[in-house]
Amino acid sequence: MSLKKVPKFLLDNWSGLAKLNVYNGTKQVQKRGIYTLDPINPQEPTFSKILIANRGEIACRVINTAKRMAIKSIAVYSIADSQSRHVKLADEGVFIGPAPAAESYLVMSKIMDAIKKTKAEAVHPGYGFLSENATFVGMLEDENVAFIGPSAKCITGMGDKLESKRLAMAAGVNTIPGFDGVVKDADHCVEISKSIGYPVMIKASAGGGGKGMRIARNDEDAREGFKLSTQEALSSFGDSRMLVEKFIDNPRHIEIQVLGDKHGNVIYLNERECSIQRRNQKVIEEAPSIFLDPETRKSMGEQAVNLCKQLGYSSAGTVEFLVDENRNFYFLEMNTRLQVEHPITECITGVDLVQQMIRVAKGHKLNIKQDDVKINGWAIESRVYAEDPYKSFGLPSIGRLHKYIEPNKFDGVRCDSGIEEGSEISMYYDPMICKLVCYGKTREEAIDRSITALDSYVIRGVTHNIPLLRDILTEENFIKGDISTNYLPKIYPDGFKGIQLNKSDKNKLFALSSALYAINELRSRNFLNGPQIKIHKGTKDKWNLNVMVNEENVDVQVHQTNGKLKITIKDDVYEINKKDLNLASSIIRTEINGEPVVMQLFSKNAAGELQIVYKGTNFKVKILSRKSSELLHLMPEKPKLDVSKLVKSPMPGLVKGVSCNVGDMVAEGQELCIIEAMKMQNSMVAATTGKIKTINIKAGDTVGEDDVLVELE
Amino acid sequence: MSVNVLNRTLLFNLRNCGKNGWFQKLVRQTSTATHTLKVAEKIKLKRSEALLGGGIKRIDAQHKKGKLTARERIQLFCDEDSFVEYDMFVEHTCTDFGMEKQKFPGDSVITGHGLVNGRPVYVFSQDFTVFGGSLSSIHAKKICKIMDQALMVGAPVVGLNDSGGARIQEGVDSLAGYADIFQRNVLASGVIPQISMIMGPCAGGAVYSPAMTDFTFMVEDTSYLFITGPDVVKSVTNEDVTQQELGGAKTHTSVSGVAHKSFNNDVDALLHLRDFMGYLPQSNKNPSPIRACDDPCDLDVPLLDNVIPPETTAPYDMLDVINAIVDERDFFEIMPKYAKNIIIGFARMNGRTVGIVGNQPKVAAGCLDINASVKAARFVRFCDAFNIPLITLVDVPGFLPGINQEHSGIIRHGAKLLYAYAEATVPKLTVITRKGYGGAYDVMSSKHLRGDVNYAWPTAEVAVMGAKGAVSILFRGKPDVEKYEAEYMDKFGNPFSAAQRGFVDDIIEPRTTRWRLCRDLDLLQTKELKNPPKKHGNIPL
Repeated sequence: MSLKKVPKFLLDNWSGLAKLNVYNGTKQVQKRGIYTLDPINPQEPTFSKILIANRGEIACRVINTAKRMAIKSIAVYSIADSQSRHVKLADEGVFIGPAPAAESYLVMSKIMDAIKKTKAEAVHPGYGFLSENATFVGMLEDENVAFIGPSAKCITGMGDKLESKRLAMAAGVNTIPGFDGVVKDADHCVEISKSIGYPVMIKASAGGGGKGMRIARNDEDAREGFKLSTQEALSSFGDSRMLVEKFIDNPRHIEIQVLGDKHGNVIYLNERECSIQRRNQKVIEEAPSIFLDPETRKSMGEQAVNLCKQLGYSSAGTVEFLVDENRNFYFLEMNTRLQVEHPITECITGVDLVQQMIRVAKGHKLNIKQDDVKINGWAIESRVYAEDPYKSFGLPSIGRLHKYIEPNKFDGVRCDSGIEEGSEISMYYDPMICKLVCYGKTREEAIDRSITALDSYVIRGVTHNIPLLRDILTEENFIKGDISTNYLPKIYPDGFKGIQLNKSDKNKLFALSSALYAINELRSRNFLNGPQIKIHKGTKDKWNLNVMVNEENVDVQVHQTNGKLKITIKDDVYEINKKDLNLASSIIRTEINGEPVVMQLFSKNAAGELQIVYKGTNFKVKILSRKSSELLHLMPEKPKLDVSKLVKSPMPGLVKGVSCNVGDMVAEGQELCIIEAMKMQNSMVAATTGKIKTINIKAGDTVGEDDVLVELE
Repeated sequence: MSVNVLNRTLLFNLRNCGKNGWFQKLVRQTSTATHTLKVAEKIKLKRSEALLGGGIKRIDAQHKKGKLTARERIQLFCDEDSFVEYDMFVEHTCTDFGMEKQKFPGDSVITGHGLVNGRPVYVFSQDFTVFGGSLSSIHAKKICKIMDQALMVGAPVVGLNDSGGARIQEGVDSLAGYADIFQRNVLASGVIPQISMIMGPCAGGAVYSPAMTDFTFMVEDTSYLFITGPDVVKSVTNEDVTQQELGGAKTHTSVSGVAHKSFNNDVDALLHLRDFMGYLPQSNKNPSPIRACDDPCDLDVPLLDNVIPPETTAPYDMLDVINAIVDERDFFEIMPKYAKNIIIGFARMNGRTVGIVGNQPKVAAGCLDINASVKAARFVRFCDAFNIPLITLVDVPGFLPGINQEHSGIIRHGAKLLYAYAEATVPKLTVITRKGYGGAYDVMSSKHLRGDVNYAWPTAEVAVMGAKGAVSILFRGKPDVEKYEAEYMDKFGNPFSAAQRGFVDDIIEPRTTRWRLCRDLDLLQTKELKNPPKKHGNIPL
């Protein structure tokens, strides 16, 4: 169906269209600001149409470069993604099936059909899904469609951890001691682990991205780890082969970005420090690493390049190393794809990695020499996830983003995301919201910019991990650069508990909350129609309040005088301009006693409960008039449910298996069921010893956060 | 009488008062002074007695139960220093059973008026510390007095109920008192908003006053409402039940639909009640209130473009739509736990109070059943009575089929909602977000029931029924069901068939909904529409 062409003057006379011209998703093209080293040559022949076999932010990222290169882009989408940003951004979209990735994004025949239908000349796989699937690459080769990535041979070689280690050793790359055979079963796993010596790492041979990986420090761990990793590997990669190797304590995870062409040229684009991880998934990455000296960098880079040359590797890739405290480095694995964290390398080198991948796939030679590659400034990527950071540093959460404002207006801030206001974060895919990349001349500047950006990042509708990100960025050891892959458990031994405010920050929080309360009170009586009572005891300009945050109680007095609110907390007085406070806006930028402060008003209700985001953390504030607060103390505490008898789902997910029956006696810590969410298997264990009273689930069920799974007697 | 004449008269009197006259006068003067002082003292005494209610001991007992006293409640509910008390000195008139010896100034209820956020409201607060808050004839008279005045002035009446029931000692006088209140409840209905907050027991005949007010709220764990308590239930039907199970907040907000909302505790309840009052007009003579608004009402809301899932059978949460179109996502939901397949409640749009009715596709596909129809019908009638514009969000697959529904009278009860919408003359704005099927489409504020502005989203489907059902009737027994279904979807699975006939005024982009509705509300504030004069209609009860 083609649209009738309507002359502009007729359209202009009609006001019925959406008011903002973002209507129909205007195709915003990312500015080229940071890509300084490899300008696009419009004369160079390239593909006319590429298909992006992925979704979310990475699909958007690839489409952006394709647009700059004047290549038409084709998105594929599942039913859950039919209104997603990557589909709106692309020139064409092909529907490929139901929401679960295993029935859409992972089905090679469906992608192949989409390619045929749209006559795409090349496919960019993004990361995850089919990006490291040699069979898929083989199919493309058969159809004469270019794969924007390495050859099937390289993928096979590096995709298998055992094989990759052998190849790395052959190329003269330092490797970790371990068992390079396939582990037969749990007993075998224990046996091997003992012979290497604990701690050991059990990981899926086919794995990547931290899935199917577990550390074992004793026999029991080894047995359990083998079981869970095998299941995870099976569901994520369809391959349950496991391997075991020596685990290096307190290592740093530093990786080298490489780029090769089909003519035997390979360069390295320096390193990325990705040590801050939870459950082997990266949280904050930076480039360069504060830890590497030029010699180490050079020898890591050269080993990586050697490996690629041995392999005949083309396209972008990443060689991951573990680096110990003495700057010894060991080959970990090679990722034969574009990495999630590639933007930080782009920031410091000025190279558009996607452009290079596309060029290389077309058969062009690299147009950058090793000597051209410099380190300009510092870049930090904070991965903003829809996760609850208070539950083991992040368990997935789902929901609809009813308010979403990215802080991309600031200098040196790049937001790579695939979502927009109204998007739903579903349990089907990775819970990533955005990669917040901040760069500056120095590490300090990059950190400062990250903090500023996080403070102005408005996300409503899902729980997210900004509190944790914000806290890490201000943490002493991080600032010093004293980090390792054990950073999170070391700094937060009891789990992340939210930022601990000092007295002056606390008072600012009290002051601002009280000011908001007063503003709300004033508005509550500001009726613009209806009968008005003129004679009553004065307009309110003074409030005696009681503010409670985290069990801490203070008396506060607010006084309204010519456009200002004067807030008295004990002997301290704070002044806030009334006009800065707007109850409808998400971000509050104001000054407290002349000092600039950014906070976010998350929610408010009539019972004096406010939620205010300050320094990344969401504080629940209860404000009442002093009188009401006195009366509230007369109210009895409601009895709390004994939660130890209930096993609740910590996140939305799918029940993989139930390992208990009604009437069973279970011991504390015994596994009751397994919940899978975002491809992670989580073992739900009994909090106390007891008898199973009810089981509310069966394998295959979908459960929501806080659903009661099992009840003990 | 001029001043001169008066003076002369006084002089004459002085001259004629005899030798001892001046002395007697002095004595008399001293005694009147003492008397005045004594009276002043007595006033103070009585006031302090009134303030004490049933005494410190009973106040402590009240607190121990997790309840505030009647006066504390008023203090929390009204603006600071705004409460003006009436009838602090009345006392009960009972002389039987030794009652004449037990009198408490003000008796077992505190009445008067105050301000809530600057707007007048009449309040009565039953005092459980005095005779268990039981209703004496004077107690009833106090309540009637403020109700009468509220009706004349045009201000809401709020009752804070905490009463053991009738004052048994007074017998039929107490019953008469109840009836006097009931009568006033009915006369005031639709004239001034009446709200009941149940903050303790409310049993027997007493329940019918809250039942006739516009909204009944409850405090969790400390309040209950029932006709007869667990003991009587046990003796009559041999059923075992606790007070809370029989008539607690949970029961009435989720099972019986008697109460409209419940709150955590007294403080919470009264603070929320203050907030709630802000949505209501003072009386049926006043327009829907407009409060200053900070939320811009001329912007698109992109979120709305993503709410409706691509599969027409997939559920979504209508609250996502409601929260996105109202000011500051501030929605005061009424009966959130009862008949969840329909959502009703108050919100503001550009500061003006609106009543929102929306089918909830997340629960029972958003169909209309008996409970949902009754729930929404009463709300629609309240809004219509008090000039509050109605916003209706439609995604309804029809009325719920089933033996139980038919036998329980879905015809009669479904008709209530139809009646309410058809009768309403306030501005009626309707947005069909997805399904508008069958008779339920007609009911939900359709153009045919004098809808003022009816929009359809691009996802709207207006049809007699869904494709499957229609094809199974039209092409019974024929092969190629899928072909016919596709044909049917082509014809009715879109907003065109309704738009072509003018049954919807426009097909709009979801993101534009908020500013359009705000604009329409402004336009329609001068709407004039009257039903034919009548004594009253005959809604199918």
